[in-house]
Amino acid sequence: MTAGTNRTQAGKESDAGDGSKERGESQGSKGSQGAKGSQGSGGAAGTAGTAGAVATGRAAKIDRLAELTRRTGATVGNSLWKEAFRRLRSNRMAVIGAVVIALFVVVAVVGPWVTPYSPTAQTWRGEVLANQGKFVGARGENWFGLDHLGRDMFSRMLVGARQTLLVGVVSMLIGLLLGALIGTLSGAAVTLGGRAGRRIDTVVMRVIDILLSLPSLLLAVSIAAVMGQSLTTVMIAVGVVQIPVFARLLRGSMLAQGGADYVLAAKALGIRRKRIVLTQILPNSLSPVIVQATLSLATAIIEAAALSYLGLGNPDPAVPEWGVMLSQAQRFFDNAPMMAVYPAVGIIITALGFTLLGEAMREALDPKLRG
Amino acid sequence: MSLLELDGLKVHFPIRKGILFDRVVGHVYAVDGVSLKVEAGQTYGLVGESGCGKTTLGRAVLRLTGITSGEVVFDGTDLAGLDDEAMRRFRRRLQMVFQDPLGSLNPRQNIESILAEGMAAHGIGADREERREKIKEILARVGLPADALNRYPHEFSGGQRQRIGIARALVLEPDVIICDEPVSALDVSIQAQVINLLEELQESLGLTYLVIAHDLAVVRHISDVIGVMYLGSLVEEAPSDALYAAPRHPYTKALMSAVPVPDPDLEDRRERILLHGDLPSPANPPAGCRFHTRCPWVQDTLCATDRPELTDTGDGHRVACHWTAGIEAGTLVRTRATGIEAVTETAAVAEEPEAADAGPAPDLVSGPEPPAPVPGVPAPAAEADPKLPVPGVLGGAPAPGPAGAPGAPPPAGPGEAAEGGHGRTTGGAGQPAADRG
Repeated sequence: MTAGTNRTQAGKESDAGDGSKERGESQGSKGSQGAKGSQGSGGAAGTAGTAGAVATGRAAKIDRLAELTRRTGATVGNSLWKEAFRRLRSNRMAVIGAVVIALFVVVAVVGPWVTPYSPTAQTWRGEVLANQGKFVGARGENWFGLDHLGRDMFSRMLVGARQTLLVGVVSMLIGLLLGALIGTLSGAAVTLGGRAGRRIDTVVMRVIDILLSLPSLLLAVSIAAVMGQSLTTVMIAVGVVQIPVFARLLRGSMLAQGGADYVLAAKALGIRRKRIVLTQILPNSLSPVIVQATLSLATAIIEAAALSYLGLGNPDPAVPEWGVMLSQAQRFFDNAPMMAVYPAVGIIITALGFTLLGEAMREALDPKLRG
Repeated sequence: MSLLELDGLKVHFPIRKGILFDRVVGHVYAVDGVSLKVEAGQTYGLVGESGCGKTTLGRAVLRLTGITSGEVVFDGTDLAGLDDEAMRRFRRRLQMVFQDPLGSLNPRQNIESILAEGMAAHGIGADREERREKIKEILARVGLPADALNRYPHEFSGGQRQRIGIARALVLEPDVIICDEPVSALDVSIQAQVINLLEELQESLGLTYLVIAHDLAVVRHISDVIGVMYLGSLVEEAPSDALYAAPRHPYTKALMSAVPVPDPDLEDRRERILLHGDLPSPANPPAGCRFHTRCPWVQDTLCATDRPELTDTGDGHRVACHWTAGIEAGTLVRTRATGIEAVTETAAVAEEPEAADAGPAPDLVSGPEPPAPVPGVPAPAAEADPKLPVPGVLGGAPAPGPAGAPGAPPPAGPGEAAEGGHGRTTGGAGQPAADRG
């Protein structure tokens, strides 16, 4: 009971407190105390506690309002990109995604220089007898254990991250750049090219449709089969699969924007067609493409892993890659499941990071949410 | 020589079908032969219901849509015949203000960039600094703060955005500005501000306007000459005051009668002409006079076969109707009921002869199927005098039987009259019901 009274007093003091800095602190501590106090003591002390909470709640609300006014006051002259970025920053999913991606990139960049052991040296080969089902799991000197050839799994994971990032980024860029180029040409032709433009667009889009109708993995396998087994093949194969996606997306987006009033206004102003495409239509059509690029990084990494898993990846054993590691681990899955789990979890977390960021960007860039 | 002259302007949009190869299966006759003149320094108002082609006309003048045929002569040059680059250079002198102020501004460009874009395209202003000075001057002129320069369209109010739209047109120092529904997207209080701004600018800069609108009050306020469009063509054109004082075309009469009068007494008593049916599809417009399917004064000759030309009926009042003289003189009577006519007791008596006149015209009156008692549609209350047959049915429909055929429910005349209290309902909703039948 005494504790309850003390707390109430503390609450009152904090209400009467003059410094606004203090208020924030006392608020924080009072929040938890107030809850306990009302539970334990009840009666008069509880009521007083509630009143105090209401008062501080109101003060917090006023502070919040002041904060909001300051913020809206500062948003004058902000472009839509800036505002989208501000929304993105306040989205927890986006922050988590960004942190995951940042970690992954850091690991990919510096990983090969900080590996505790060589990723290729079969240092502990003698301890691992794969043919007898004897494997070494996580231990003091090898954090992730050893693989079937006695190599340090942790070092291999670090080095493999770079390959995975490289495959993801390069293949996404192949798809993005070529797709965006085709999409822009087609979109520009159909919005500003008149009758001839529509013809061009029809032909281009039918070709893209054909590309799109092929199962993506099958297409990637065929490309890999034709070009032989290498990392470049994987990147091209995964990238080509993405081309129609980007092309269609950008074209559709440009078509939607092409009919907008501001494009008509630009025409009425006498702005040249090329400039209308570059300064008016394209900047307004990019949002879905940016989102798609982020999301497709995730799929690219997974597809690259899948191709490596199918044995189409980089055959060089000196360059570990998560997909290849996963593929190799499957033979020993019964005895050493962790050998598969590490690269798999790595791929999943990375893909998840890109997906989270992509989804958050989709929300941030959605014009319907524009305040 | 007028500054802007349209001669037989036609804009037909092809209706295409087909997957790989386009096949034209028809046309939408959006603008179908419009001739008008806009004098320098004047304001030409273009009114009409939605879908009548007024916006398309405005866009065709700027060649924002293709012109099928006809001439757009601006300051002695036929714009329809120019190649793309020549037309692009001409656009500096012909500008446009759009209906949707937000939609017509690129959301990703700030105001300076939006305004400078057009200047750069036409080589106005040597460098960025010079352009900025000019832009600041124009912004002040349209009543925007100078700090608007590096703000974005979404950071302004509706009225301010429309001012930006006007400023964008003004920086090019045009001769003609086409205002496509310049205020219809704005609040009423803001509308007045923008309209006044437009007038002020016209006075100080000697601008010529082509104002497209459906708000009759706005058009009347701002225009010197008004053209009324119906289904792709002009039906009447007259100096603003003359048109509002005495509309001569039946469509204009109906349009004007739709404007409410502030005096409630007068509002109750005045005659309102309600047109029946919908606007015919511009893809399949009626032959002859475009309006004959809905005209209260439609006659059995000419209307359905010959398309009336715009002809001067004196004082620059041009009307496209075969029967203007007769309608004006009152010698022609309505052949089709026009919905609710609220009239006083005495007026009802005075109108009896008219109904009697309309009655005997045999080939216009086809006894319709007794209109089915469609819920929601008032019963036809065909006549005050039950002896008279129903007036106001399309002559084209073959008569399936005399009015009041056996088994038909009796016309709900008395009920309607009781409901109206002081009035009488003629023909009315019988029309659409008959059309359906």
